[in-house]
Amino acid sequence: MGLREKGVEFLDKITRKSGYVNDWIVIREADTSSDYGVLPYERKTVDHINFGVINLDKPPGPTSHEVVAWIKRMFNVDKAGHGGTLEPRYLVCGVGKPQGDWGTTSRVS
Amino acid sequence: MTGVLPVGLAESTKVIGNVVHSVKEYVMVVQLHENIEKEKIREIVNYFKGQIYQKPPLRSSVKRTIRVKTIYEIEVLDSQDKYILLRVLCDPGTYMRKLAHDMGLLLGVGAHMRELRRTRTGPFREDETLVTLQELNEALYIWRTTGKDSYLRRTVLPVEVSTAHLPKILILDTAVDAIAHGANLAAPGVAALTKNVEANKTVAIYTLKGELVALGKAIRNTEEIVKMDKGIVAKTTRVVMPRGVYPKYWKTKESTGTQ
Repeated sequence: MGLREKGVEFLDKITRKSGYVNDWIVIREADTSSDYGVLPYERKTVDHINFGVINLDKPPGPTSHEVVAWIKRMFNVDKAGHGGTLEPRYLVCGVGKPQGDWGTTSRVS
Repeated sequence: MTGVLPVGLAESTKVIGNVVHSVKEYVMVVQLHENIEKEKIREIVNYFKGQIYQKPPLRSSVKRTIRVKTIYEIEVLDSQDKYILLRVLCDPGTYMRKLAHDMGLLLGVGAHMRELRRTRTGPFREDETLVTLQELNEALYIWRTTGKDSYLRRTVLPVEVSTAHLPKILILDTAVDAIAHGANLAAPGVAALTKNVEANKTVAIYTLKGELVALGKAIRNTEEIVKMDKGIVAKTTRVVMPRGVYPKYWKTKESTGTQ
């Protein structure tokens, strides 16, 4: 199997897994050189981390921002970011953090 | 609040924010302020299917003007006494807390959101790739102490996964480094593309090995791009591939020897 075929197979696999489909139109048939670049699942461990994403199950207590700061420290990377804030926890009257502490993280979506 | 929170490490930080604009799924517990018969609940819940008007709550991070949002699916999973367990598939930026509140108004007894868990955001779902902080910590520990990275590779996914929901363009090796330097993608560099590329929408640009090079904004749709033999196909907006990984193929004054 050529490198291009493997690359396309990888993209189709992650796309299918996410519930979507790639409907390709091929314009040029050229293959890709093995002299540079790497199949995404064959990156060296350090590169795998630096080009890595985590599907994290956020715990209920901390803010999304706090969780990202912890992960940044755990992996010892210079930056990290998240896609879409989840507010820290539900608020039952008189229980939990006062609303003022939520800052800008109270968006649910 | 718990559930799916995609996190991008190092180079992936640049593109992880893009999943904010993708479809969301939640499971939520709504607490009613008085008991109501189950049939009435199901009837009211169905009112929320389709397009709804929603004013963001007082405490929100966006301008508080009424917005139209689509609820693609809404389903009562269970209900008992004053509690309703709901599953909701909706547009990004739909406030679940507000939805619960509005449901209470329609039912005439008042209600609020009691608990919330996100079960999907675009390509990320509640499946075996969803990991806890503890699992991450263990995977890192095993790698650092034994050098074995198989567990780490199951908990940390390649950056390409965060673009799986997007329309895609594959480019030739000769075009890669120009894009890595921030150039826009021109038609001769396109090797293949998916049928769903639309003008002015985000598109993901990959090498033929499947490596994410950049995100861009398409200038033309698939049908038009297929017919083009020159001109810009997509504007590069976010570059992920470092410079110099692929050889430089574009001509400079130096390499052509002209002034």
